[in-house]
Amino acid sequence: MSAANRRPVSRSGGERSLDTSHGTVLYLEGLSVSFDGFKAINDLSLYINDGELRCVIGPNGAGKTTLMDIVTGKTRPDEGEAWFGQTLDLLRLDEAAIANAGIGRKFQQPTVFTELTVAENLELAMAGNRNVLSVLRAKLSGEQRDLIASTLERIGLVALRDMNASTLSHGQKQWLEIGMLLMQQPRLLLVDEPATGMTHQEMAQTGELLCSLAGDHSVVVVEHDMDFVRSLDSPVTVLHQGSVLAEGSLDAIQSDPLVRSVYLGE
Amino acid sequence: MMNVRGGTLPPVFFQRLWRAVLLGLAVCFSPVQAADLPDALQSALEDLAGRDKVLRLEAVERIANSGTEESEALLQVILSGELYHWKPEDRFVRGEKDGRKFILYALEDGAELATVGRREAKKVSINNTLRGAVKSALATLDLIAPDPAKRLAGVRAQFAALAVPVERIDALLESESDTAVRDSLVTLRAMTLVSDETASGEPLMTAIAALGNSTEPGALTPLKGRFERSDDDAEKSALSSAIKAFESRQARFGMVKQVFFGLSLGSILVLAAIGLAITFGVMGVINMAHGELIMLGAYTTWAMQQLLPGQPGVALLLAIPMGFMVSASVGMVMERFAISKLYGRPLETLLLTFGFSLILQQAVRTFISARNVAVSNPSWMSGSLELHPMLSLTMNRVVIMFFCLAVFAVLWWVMQRTRFGLQLRAVTQHREMARCVGVRSRRIDTLTFGLGAGLAGLAGVALSQLGNVGPNLGQAWIVDSFLVVVFGGVGNLWGTLIGGLGIGVATKLIEPWSGAVLAKVLLLVAVILFIQRRPRGLFPPSGRSAGDN
Amino acid sequence: MNRYLSAVLADRMGVVLLTVLLVSAVWVPIASLVLPASHPLHMGSYSVALWGKYLCFGLLALSLDMVWGKLGILSLGHGVFFGLGGYVMGMYLMRQVGDRGVYGDPILPDFMVFLNWDELPWYWFGFDHAWIAFPLILIVPGLLAYVFGALAFRSRVTGVYLSIITQAMTYAVMLAFFRNELGFGGNNGLTGFFDILGYDLREDVTRAALFSATALSLAGCYVLCRCLFATRLGLLCTAVRDAESRVRFLGYRTDRVKLSVFVLSAAIAGLAGALYVPQVGIINPGEFSPLNSIEIVIWVALGGRGTLWGAVVGAVVVNVAKTQFTGWLPEGWLFMLGGLFVLTTLYLPRGLAMLVPKRVSGS
Repeated sequence: MSAANRRPVSRSGGERSLDTSHGTVLYLEGLSVSFDGFKAINDLSLYINDGELRCVIGPNGAGKTTLMDIVTGKTRPDEGEAWFGQTLDLLRLDEAAIANAGIGRKFQQPTVFTELTVAENLELAMAGNRNVLSVLRAKLSGEQRDLIASTLERIGLVALRDMNASTLSHGQKQWLEIGMLLMQQPRLLLVDEPATGMTHQEMAQTGELLCSLAGDHSVVVVEHDMDFVRSLDSPVTVLHQGSVLAEGSLDAIQSDPLVRSVYLGE
Repeated sequence: MMNVRGGTLPPVFFQRLWRAVLLGLAVCFSPVQAADLPDALQSALEDLAGRDKVLRLEAVERIANSGTEESEALLQVILSGELYHWKPEDRFVRGEKDGRKFILYALEDGAELATVGRREAKKVSINNTLRGAVKSALATLDLIAPDPAKRLAGVRAQFAALAVPVERIDALLESESDTAVRDSLVTLRAMTLVSDETASGEPLMTAIAALGNSTEPGALTPLKGRFERSDDDAEKSALSSAIKAFESRQARFGMVKQVFFGLSLGSILVLAAIGLAITFGVMGVINMAHGELIMLGAYTTWAMQQLLPGQPGVALLLAIPMGFMVSASVGMVMERFAISKLYGRPLETLLLTFGFSLILQQAVRTFISARNVAVSNPSWMSGSLELHPMLSLTMNRVVIMFFCLAVFAVLWWVMQRTRFGLQLRAVTQHREMARCVGVRSRRIDTLTFGLGAGLAGLAGVALSQLGNVGPNLGQAWIVDSFLVVVFGGVGNLWGTLIGGLGIGVATKLIEPWSGAVLAKVLLLVAVILFIQRRPRGLFPPSGRSAGDN
Repeated sequence: MNRYLSAVLADRMGVVLLTVLLVSAVWVPIASLVLPASHPLHMGSYSVALWGKYLCFGLLALSLDMVWGKLGILSLGHGVFFGLGGYVMGMYLMRQVGDRGVYGDPILPDFMVFLNWDELPWYWFGFDHAWIAFPLILIVPGLLAYVFGALAFRSRVTGVYLSIITQAMTYAVMLAFFRNELGFGGNNGLTGFFDILGYDLREDVTRAALFSATALSLAGCYVLCRCLFATRLGLLCTAVRDAESRVRFLGYRTDRVKLSVFVLSAAIAGLAGALYVPQVGIINPGEFSPLNSIEIVIWVALGGRGTLWGAVVGAVVVNVAKTQFTGWLPEGWLFMLGGLFVLTTLYLPRGLAMLVPKRVSGS
């Protein structure tokens, strides 16, 4: 279960070449994982296309977060395969290697570095060489300063750039974490409940931001809020008891009797 | 030639001895008049008081082999140099010097006879040769004691000196009915034969083979001794195979013994660690004062023995609940007034409890003594339990092993079958959830800490029976206890049991070839490496939340 | 360079500390060598060595604060690195004794002659040369820290588990060093030194020089740490301390971050040990006892962890108190120390640094 036994693969965070020649960026095939006999993920298969925006919904305990844990290397599945592009076997990489390969994650509970300032949080997240010596010698170039400034603007935290992150509100932390995700410049973004704690206006902004990312990036959004999902106007995957229950447009999903019975007990 | 302490004796000696034995046996079954020394003893004493060296030596043997009730006491009197000849009465008596006078007592019943001047009593003095003969005679006396257990002890006492001639052993064998004594006699006979340079041929070979199969620890010495001296090839090969057989059996029993010592050490480790495992499992608190809580339990035992002088057993039994309560109360006070204020900050708690450990240690030094105090073992915890001639286990360790199992069983019952145990497990698994369903987790914390501390007290009571009780007692066990907890996995009773016993057995199996200190170092390194591979112990808690930090 | 200078200057208490260190590095030799013994400000060689010892402890506390305050690794075994540095220095000093030992053997130290050893064990070779021995002061503790850290951090042992195995490590090393067979003098350790780099250790000049070297080393290491934590690696350390798993998802190898700082910290602790030995004249396995290591923790906790200067102040304050207290009431010191642990953790969670107003400390 521990990711500690995985082979650490040292990759520079800079230029990444990902073989997506078949148009698929993430293959998950027959994944199963159980905790103490409880099957959190049960024979789950999921394919995300290059540049796609996908919503994953499902009731509590459907395995959404565990799914993200597997993709980002936090949890190792008992069975199944997970490939990033054509060539990268995610099950053989640890968290850092996966992040460097180009998968970024925003957590359900926003996790930022509270003792650092907003700008410093972004600086740490910024794509670049991650090995200790280069981090030690790293200095912000003018270009990088501009990137941080523009990201601050994008997430609306310009005024707070030198504040400790501990002083931010829940919604501001969400934004900061999204900002960190942007700084990472990942190929695939896993976004876990980004709308929690946001006003309707902020939610709309987040939706716009995520939609604008799609195309260059692939985005997987896990969300509870149906209005937010609707605003994204993207294909939806429904998870139930650790496997995929249905896939399709939101309207199609909502009229699916199987989904209705799971959600509404009909 | 036979070597007897005190010199080399001529063969004629054995004939006389043999006659003396027969005479002794005859006397043994003849009616003896009370308040009068048997004739055999009387005549022997007359010879002893004489000047003929050979006769005097013989006299000692005659007394020893007389088989009379008085012979042992008489030999003791001779050895202590208190045998006097009361000239006017021509009677042998025991005399005590009182100033310039002598007080005389009857040898038969110890009655005081008279107080006489020094002219009337003449000391029967003995020289070193005689003293040696008396000593060995005293040792062989047990060989014909009426009590089989005494006879057995007597036979075994001869294993080192091998001073009993084969003929005598054969005679004893003829009349012996007790199987255990017979077996020992056979072994003694074989040992005597093997170390007898003149022995050879079939009887010797049988004896060698018998020793090879013997379970008597002393059987190896004559075999090895003869192997070094012998130049006969056939004899040598028989000896070497017997030695091999013996040594491999000895090694097997040695292994069993090491495993027992390991289990014993392990059971102590389990006792010491289990309280720690519970508090760590439930509260995530490393209690660095755990060792000092163990020490308090040991001191409670000492205090109970001071309160009940002369009743070490009762005091020890009372110390079990008392030790639990003393340590538990100290633990609960610590939890209530300090540790509870640092909830959720395990590293700070570690430092805080370390402060308590220093204070408790110094308190014992200041208010009781900086030196070790003496805790005595009750009779039922001293001595040893002989499972086999090659395998005897010390009683205190055996008792403590059972005590450990009993504590474990009770604890398991508390955890699985009581309401408190249920709540405790609930808090361990999910504190917030437990609170939601009405468990007062604060109260459970205090009680849990009390339970863990009380268990430390029990460990202290047990430890007081094994070694020194002093202010540093706890320090010696704390690192080991941590390792057991870490090795076994947190919050898992079975993990602690298996971990403790495993570490104990491993230590004792490594020790014979590495030495105690190196064994400890090796084990520490091994556990550290183990933690590297399995950071959450043998039986890790699992679940989605388990990996979060 | 500008960035580093401003980082050092922004830490005002640190500037005060550095000033005190630099001034004393100059003043103590004057007070001890130039001023006559009758002068009220004269310092005897005993107090020079005593203050030198305090500063060694300050350096040791600084090294612990690097990993505990800045990285969240509560090492209960930092004494092991201090002790190893001390032993390396002790071995060098032992080889300088030459034939002046009690047994007068030109090669073998006294304890080896006493144990009837015929020749120097291989791991003692080269220790008569300062250019071999002195680098080892940093390398040996650093190497142990590397091996231990690589194992521990790779397998993600954290929190109290990590603390406990650091304690087990120092305990194991202590047991090993108590053995005569290991070749480091067993129980008695290494003592009976004569001179260092050709200077007599009993001379006032040498003692004053050692003091100055200690003060300057402390100042140097302090500046080094300050600069280190002003880099992006410093930010990363803070991030690792507060949310290690999150840092991994950003693509950083947190184990390597921790390992590099841990190794650096061990080397500094080794330097402290090496400066300590010639000033106190002895090194023995007692330095590895778990109690010693945990005392370092209370210095840092009392001074205020994470501030760096607080660790140094805490070390000096506790040790001055210890010297005073053990002279006055030897029985009571453990009560005091225990009480310090309890009171600090309960009422001064950020240590004495809490008492310094923010605008003064500048942080």
